[in-house]
Amino acid sequence: MEMINFISNLAMPFIILLIVAYGLIEKKKVFDVFLDGAKEGLSIVLSIFPTLVGLFVAIGALRSSGIIDLIVNFLSPVLEIIKFPSEIMPLALLRPISGSSSIAIATDIMKNYGVDSNLGMIASTIMGSTETTLYTIAVYTSCVKIKKTRFVLVASLIADFVGILVSVVVCRFLS
Amino acid sequence: MLNIVWPIFIIISFSYAIFSGNLEKLNSSIFESASDAVSLSINLLGTMCLWNGIMQVASKTKVIDVLTKFLKPVIHFLFPKIRRNSPVEKEISMNMVANILGLGNAATPLGLKAMKSMQEGNPKKDTLTDSMAMFVILNTASIQIIPTTVIAIRNSLGSENPTAIVFPVWIATICAAIAGITATKIFIRASEKRKH
Repeated sequence: MEMINFISNLAMPFIILLIVAYGLIEKKKVFDVFLDGAKEGLSIVLSIFPTLVGLFVAIGALRSSGIIDLIVNFLSPVLEIIKFPSEIMPLALLRPISGSSSIAIATDIMKNYGVDSNLGMIASTIMGSTETTLYTIAVYTSCVKIKKTRFVLVASLIADFVGILVSVVVCRFLS
Repeated sequence: MLNIVWPIFIIISFSYAIFSGNLEKLNSSIFESASDAVSLSINLLGTMCLWNGIMQVASKTKVIDVLTKFLKPVIHFLFPKIRRNSPVEKEISMNMVANILGLGNAATPLGLKAMKSMQEGNPKKDTLTDSMAMFVILNTASIQIIPTTVIAIRNSLGSENPTAIVFPVWIATICAAIAGITATKIFIRASEKRKH
């Protein structure tokens, strides 16, 4: 476990160090380039902010109205059989469809059950290990006017399914 | 998609709240959620700017070229029909490196460029080639060393160890990618058999 923590903690500083050192060695104006990129970060957050507000309100409403509990109760016998935490279910269903709403749901799970709780870890791992499949397929195929995507949707949903299941199993195993 | 999902959420939850008598909770949650979104975005702002800046530096140096070198065998396995040392190969590897580094913004433009180059050699313009299909699958698989967005969110929510998820994410993302690649290879083989 200590080794895992060490690797986890090392990855980010090591990469920042490597990149900045490379920039210096190649005599780039490292800080100016950094600022160019950082400005872009600003516009990304600005562009997702309205989505976050809209979805937070809708998801907050789902939670406070009690309907999520109703659906989860309805599904729980099935989920219990396969030992899948029912709180993760909405995230698992929305992750391939909408990036912004799955971020909102994952954040909600982390807030309500604790960032470092088992559920918080599972939600984080699902978010880090999967992609907004439908959006990606749409962008990549429509840019070259492809109509027939063959088996791509099925194959990528298989990948998402495996990714979500493994996230649950790994986080259970580590805690 | 959200044009459908969002109104459904609103209608279902608001009408259920009226039925179940949870109106008071609903009212306070509306304003709480809106201001939650503000505080999250403010916290997210710092980390997002930091990472975009760092990744911009990476894209301006030869770090990417160095990393590309190690990807060649992987690319030859995944894309047997792509010619070696062709511009397409370079574009594919740049996209993969951007994905691995978590450079989402760079990965998409690079990926679309590679798609356009592959489309030029495509005999059936309305259908994905085997290589294109594999390429799209790889881009839906989210293989990355550092899941920056999630770490940023975890940090903004006051996690004691925001980077603790890096290792679990590696395992999950590798398993997902293997599943996606295997499925794609099987589908490609099946369609080749049908042709013969």
